[in-house]
Amino acid sequence: MAIKTEPFVLNIGPVHPSTHGVFRMRATLDGEVIIDMEPIFGYLHRGIEKLAEERTYTGVIPLTDRLDYIASMSNNLAYVLAVEKLVGIPVPERAEYLRVIMAELQRIAAYLIAVGAFLNECGAFFTPFLYMFREREKIIDLFEMVSGQRLLYNYMRVGGVSQDIPEEFLPALDKFVREMPGFIDEYDRLLAENEILLARAKGVGILTKEMAINCSVSGPVLRASGVKWDIRKADPYSIYDRFEFEIPTGEVGDCYDRYRVRIEEMRQSLRIIEQAMEQIPSGTVKSEVPYLIRPPAGEAYAHIETPKGELGFYLVSDNSIAPYRCHIRAPSLMNLTVLREMVIGWKIQDAIIIFGSIDITVGEVDR
Amino acid sequence: MILNPSLNLEHYWQTLPPDWPGGFWWHWLVFTVIIIAFVLTLVMGYIWIERRGMARMQARLGPNRAGPFGLLQPVADAIKVLIKEDIIPANADKIVHWLAPVVAFVPVLMIFAVVPFQDGALLADLNIGILYVVAISSVSTVGIFMAGWGSNSKYSLLGAMRNVAAVVSYEIPLMLSVISVVLIAGSLSMNQIVMAQNIPFILLQPLGFLLFFIAGCAEINRSPFDLMEADSELVAGFHTEYSGMKFALFYLVEYAEALAISAIITTLFLGGWRGPVLPPWLWFVLKVIIVFFVMVWTRTTLPRVRIDQLMALAWKFLFPLALINLIITGIQVLAWPEALPGVMILVNIAIMVILVLLWSRFFKLGWGRVEV
Amino acid sequence: MKFERYGIGIAKGLTVTFRHLFRHPVTTQYPEQRLNTSRRIRGNELIWDDMKCTGCATCAKTCPQGAIEIVTSTNLVENKYVVEKYQVDTGYCIQCGLCVEACPYEALFMGYSYERAKYRRGELVQTKEMMLESPDRQASGYMYPEIAAKLPQQTLLVERNIRKE
Repeated sequence: MAIKTEPFVLNIGPVHPSTHGVFRMRATLDGEVIIDMEPIFGYLHRGIEKLAEERTYTGVIPLTDRLDYIASMSNNLAYVLAVEKLVGIPVPERAEYLRVIMAELQRIAAYLIAVGAFLNECGAFFTPFLYMFREREKIIDLFEMVSGQRLLYNYMRVGGVSQDIPEEFLPALDKFVREMPGFIDEYDRLLAENEILLARAKGVGILTKEMAINCSVSGPVLRASGVKWDIRKADPYSIYDRFEFEIPTGEVGDCYDRYRVRIEEMRQSLRIIEQAMEQIPSGTVKSEVPYLIRPPAGEAYAHIETPKGELGFYLVSDNSIAPYRCHIRAPSLMNLTVLREMVIGWKIQDAIIIFGSIDITVGEVDR
Repeated sequence: MILNPSLNLEHYWQTLPPDWPGGFWWHWLVFTVIIIAFVLTLVMGYIWIERRGMARMQARLGPNRAGPFGLLQPVADAIKVLIKEDIIPANADKIVHWLAPVVAFVPVLMIFAVVPFQDGALLADLNIGILYVVAISSVSTVGIFMAGWGSNSKYSLLGAMRNVAAVVSYEIPLMLSVISVVLIAGSLSMNQIVMAQNIPFILLQPLGFLLFFIAGCAEINRSPFDLMEADSELVAGFHTEYSGMKFALFYLVEYAEALAISAIITTLFLGGWRGPVLPPWLWFVLKVIIVFFVMVWTRTTLPRVRIDQLMALAWKFLFPLALINLIITGIQVLAWPEALPGVMILVNIAIMVILVLLWSRFFKLGWGRVEV
Repeated sequence: MKFERYGIGIAKGLTVTFRHLFRHPVTTQYPEQRLNTSRRIRGNELIWDDMKCTGCATCAKTCPQGAIEIVTSTNLVENKYVVEKYQVDTGYCIQCGLCVEACPYEALFMGYSYERAKYRRGELVQTKEMMLESPDRQASGYMYPEIAAKLPQQTLLVERNIRKE
């Protein structure tokens, strides 16, 4: 006698301890298996693109902080590169080196949160999360020393950075860079070979190479599927062509590969910071820019590699002090389009892990 | 071997007669009070150990404001939970909803009737001691299922069904490891098992200890098997719809079951109340706390398994190993009853290492993705 | 034959967690212990120097939120603006520091304190008198290195010794 069952709809709802922000997934379940899933976002829409049309070019920089509030320096950098492309302002050498150091430190800090939150959702009850927050606290101390704030820095300006670093910054950074590889090894010893994590994350949520390229996924998710694509090497911006570093890739494209790619990229970022610390020259940190920037009419698009993927700013100006249109190509939104294919066929617990391994920030998804 | 307990060290402890202090009913009253006080105090101690110990292992301080070193924190939690409003869902089955915490808690308290605190210091020295324990601890699952059903919510029902499936699956390796211990000790009575341990049975039955520990953690829904009540899953499992004192009872059930399993592990494998210098009941409490510390340690470190991996672990990994363990123990007891303990310890540890290595080579978890 | 997944990963993880029992915790027990903030902290209030301010309102034009309100009147005798009302609504302020950067006469500073919580939203507005510098309302060194040199140094977590010797 066959038991009659019917699928039921479950809301993995906006208020939930494991979605990284206010994000809603409507899953249709058959027993425990997900047979259909619909992501619903828009709960954090603040109208950043429209607000950017009301503010001057320098006044948009605090707005861009709040896009991906975890990796604020990278957002500032992308916007400032777009404006500099539009106007054609040269940037002094010391400012370029400072920008690279800040961007790479921010990359390490954002990966720490991504990996910590992923392992927390796997069930390791906050232990790796707290260890990684201890290291992130050291990075945030350095950022506080430079810019005055712990989370939304507003540090980059058109034509350079806003202030020079104080003299205790480089010794503290040196100490951090020397200690950090030991801590990354400690994270590996804690959970990289753990049998339960391997059983939970290996082979789960596979994203094939073709699908990743077709859906314009970028960032660590793309690299874990086997595509060796990093904007720092493919289309170098700033002075990234002067440093040597590698791009780690995964093989299969499952959750475990995404986790390993992020850990390996942290080590490569430490290499870049060491090289930048040796080569940094002295000089000014901001070129002379008028108080109100009035670019010639035109458009420009600049993209950088943030910890989430490829962040791009498309600016259109009509020779006034405020941008005519500012469009943001948000990596988290583009990476989300693949979520439905990755989740169907797995169980609810796997869906939460797959969602955590893509690593989105809802501030970017909804802008 | 060690089947003959009378050829060992002289007794340095007192043996309590079965109707101490004066008659049957006084014995029953005194021990009921002792058991209730013991369970409640140690559960508070457990909550404290878990919060402080886990915090220290995560590089932070635990609670340290309520009372010196935070010792009154569980008391503060209890008071907070008592003064909360008691909410019952509108379409819930009222009697089932009300009875569920009681049915879940009482069997756990009844387990302590046969746990020896000292030689002869039990509520009742049943000669089927360990069988009684295994039988009673299964009744508590009925209470949990009543909680899931009576809440009239599909998430609670999901949680409760997962729980019942897991508990039923893990009973079998649990019982098989217990039978191996009983074969060596020669009696089902818990007091006799402790008396028979001149060497703690953890050395003679290392594989049995490992299996019992894993199966015990799964029975009481502790990490790494706590998917029934995990926060980063959908909901809080079967006790979502409970608040106030009933929630406090479920919380108490979780820690009291942890206390019960630690007490049984101590009695069966670690030698109960036996030890050189300190009074026996103090040794018992110390050993129970050490076992619980190991449980807290694994909770801090290990991630969670998925439900189908949980069932695969029970049926494909633990159950065959428990059977093999039983067969080997039986062969050892029959063929070499007078063998030296040292040789047997080494042989058993070697067998455990070989079996675990071999079995993990051949153990496949099964793929998780279903074609839709 | 190669052995894998026999429990060695779990054992390694357990040793890492156990070793943490022998290290100092990294918690700071606020409010008994306080750390020194950065010398350039963009604190929760603004400090205003009424001697240097000329009422040009560059700060108000630069503020992205429009949190600064200035009302001036002319003083034909001394040939300068009199600033009658200079008000900052710190509830709107996002502490970006663009106003401090924009002031051409160095009359505006960011505040050093961060513990300014109030019970009502109306009390967050800073009027002219509440913005003058005083011993309990210090200026921070954001954009002003000479002020930063006088403030205490920041406590850093990298400098803290976490192993129990």
